[in-house]
Amino acid sequence: MRGADYVIKRTVFALMTVFVAVTLNFIIFRAAPGDATTALRCRNCPIEFKEALRKELGLDKTKVQQYGIYLKELAHGDLGRSFASRQPVTDELAAPIKNTIPMVLLGEVIAVFLGILTGVVAAWRRGTLLDSGSLGVALVFYSLPTQWLGLMLVILFAGTLPISGIGDPFIAFTDPTWWETLKDRLTHMILPSATLGIVLYGSYALIVRSAMLETLGEDYILTARAKGLRNWTIVWRHAFRNALLPVTTLMAISLGYVVAGAILVEAVFSYPGIGLETYDAVFAKDYPIVQGSFLLLTLSVVLANYIADLLYFKLDPRITT
Amino acid sequence: MTTTAPQLAGEPAELRDSRRRPLGVIWSVIRSQPQAAVGTAILVLVVLVAFLAPVIAPYGEREVVGQPFQSPSGSHWLGLDDGGVDMVTLLIWGARVSLIVGFAAALVAMLIGGAFGILAGYFGGKLDILLMRLTDYFLVIPDIALMIAIGAIWGRSLRNIILIIGIVYWPTTARLLRAQVKSVRERVYVKRARSLGASNSRIIFRHVLPQVAPLLVANTVLTVAIAIFAETALAFLGLGDPSLISWGKLIENAFEGNAISVDAWWAIVPPGVAVAVVILGCTMLGQALENTLNPRLRVGHLSVRRFRLRSLPDTIDPRAAQAAPTARSGR
Repeated sequence: MRGADYVIKRTVFALMTVFVAVTLNFIIFRAAPGDATTALRCRNCPIEFKEALRKELGLDKTKVQQYGIYLKELAHGDLGRSFASRQPVTDELAAPIKNTIPMVLLGEVIAVFLGILTGVVAAWRRGTLLDSGSLGVALVFYSLPTQWLGLMLVILFAGTLPISGIGDPFIAFTDPTWWETLKDRLTHMILPSATLGIVLYGSYALIVRSAMLETLGEDYILTARAKGLRNWTIVWRHAFRNALLPVTTLMAISLGYVVAGAILVEAVFSYPGIGLETYDAVFAKDYPIVQGSFLLLTLSVVLANYIADLLYFKLDPRITT
Repeated sequence: MTTTAPQLAGEPAELRDSRRRPLGVIWSVIRSQPQAAVGTAILVLVVLVAFLAPVIAPYGEREVVGQPFQSPSGSHWLGLDDGGVDMVTLLIWGARVSLIVGFAAALVAMLIGGAFGILAGYFGGKLDILLMRLTDYFLVIPDIALMIAIGAIWGRSLRNIILIIGIVYWPTTARLLRAQVKSVRERVYVKRARSLGASNSRIIFRHVLPQVAPLLVANTVLTVAIAIFAETALAFLGLGDPSLISWGKLIENAFEGNAISVDAWWAIVPPGVAVAVVILGCTMLGQALENTLNPRLRVGHLSVRRFRLRSLPDTIDPRAAQAAPTARSGR
């Protein structure tokens, strides 16, 4: 059985990463010098208040005990309660993450589309002005700060597209159909998604290009040419299909990082997703929320990595370990 | 982007040079490759500007010289910011903090990653497995999220920002160095030194370190770009040092000060361009250096970002190397 060994290895790795992240989370928030109450820096709070808070957070116990309790609670899906709203963190984060996912997916689609187009064209016309030009543009976008690019899009499109929020607050009064609601959501998603897509596509373009260059040099491409196939067929049917392998894994893997990258984008566009929630929580010093979203973001990255690993294995029969 | 990588066996002039003067290779790359020369020129220019800030800045960094968001004019080329301070002045002073953060954080990452990489690569065995596993786990944890988590607890100061960025970006350096050290360790002169009775620390510092130093420098140059990037992100998320002006802080100020609603593009556009230019410079130089020193990395440098999509050097199968990110786990 070729697969079992590999799958077990990758599963163990994914689980270990989660464990390291969970432990890191504990170390950052509880075991490091100072704790959530010292950083609270509340001048007017009486000492009793801090003591009570420490007790509530379990900070008066030893570190080892705390770690045990923390792991136990986590195993039950309990991430504690938000300082600000007193609601369980899991409830607080559930709605934002639902908003983030479609936005990130749309951004990913934009990036993949632009990346493949640029990469394939650049590889086909390698060495020409088109090649260096399109790659240059992609790399310039790639070296721009995400939040800054978002602000540029705001400047350019303010007035034509909604630049903040997730939906028109007044649409409810007009008794919208589901189609109108969907359209409203989509228009609010365009700019944040486009920002993510533009920032990302440069790296995709590079990968697609180098994968394409490799396949275009293969013998079967020469054969296809000798058969007199049209360029279009050669590029898309013969070369691109074989170049898809690295592209697929790259996409799966970057999806996780995109979720984390969404923090900046959501802050710019006030898009009520997990990123904005984290951003607000940092300002409000709402540590349980920050902690929870760190775990959630890490989990999503680990999951994406895991899927990428399995996908890579499934797609490439040459892999044996 | 070169399509055909220089071969180690072909002994390019740069590498021949490195036999004699390990760090001389960097100089010869800069001399022989226009890409590297341009990158270096950009960096030197920005460092000079940052260094000479008190001399060349036209106004004081806190001096209010007019109305908030006053538009560009002859005396204020890039207008004023949300507090009525000259933007050109702010950009020049901002270069200082951004560069300090960039270089210092890259240094922290270099020290941690270098130590990990050299220990793992040199001693091998159980220590290698332990350290590299740890590195792999860290590599997967999303950096922005980790920086926010640490930053939120540690509080906002220049020292903390530098440490946070350094702590988050060491793993790629560790991986890169480990592979390099592993190959250096097997070379004849290292074996000879060992058989002559040299201690481990002597071999590491006298024979291994000088050989991997150029690559470490190349990697650090690239990390500087990542660190400057990370600084703008942290500043934007409100985790920057509130008392210092950096390019990231300028973007944040403009955003918080609603520069967009009053159409004050001059408060937003220049800091972003400044960041992009420095990152471009670092990438050009770092990439040229790495391509020469480590041809296996030819996939192109994708690590100048939080996504870290870089092929990791210890992969053997070139196809696996193409699929950069998973390659490290393809073992």
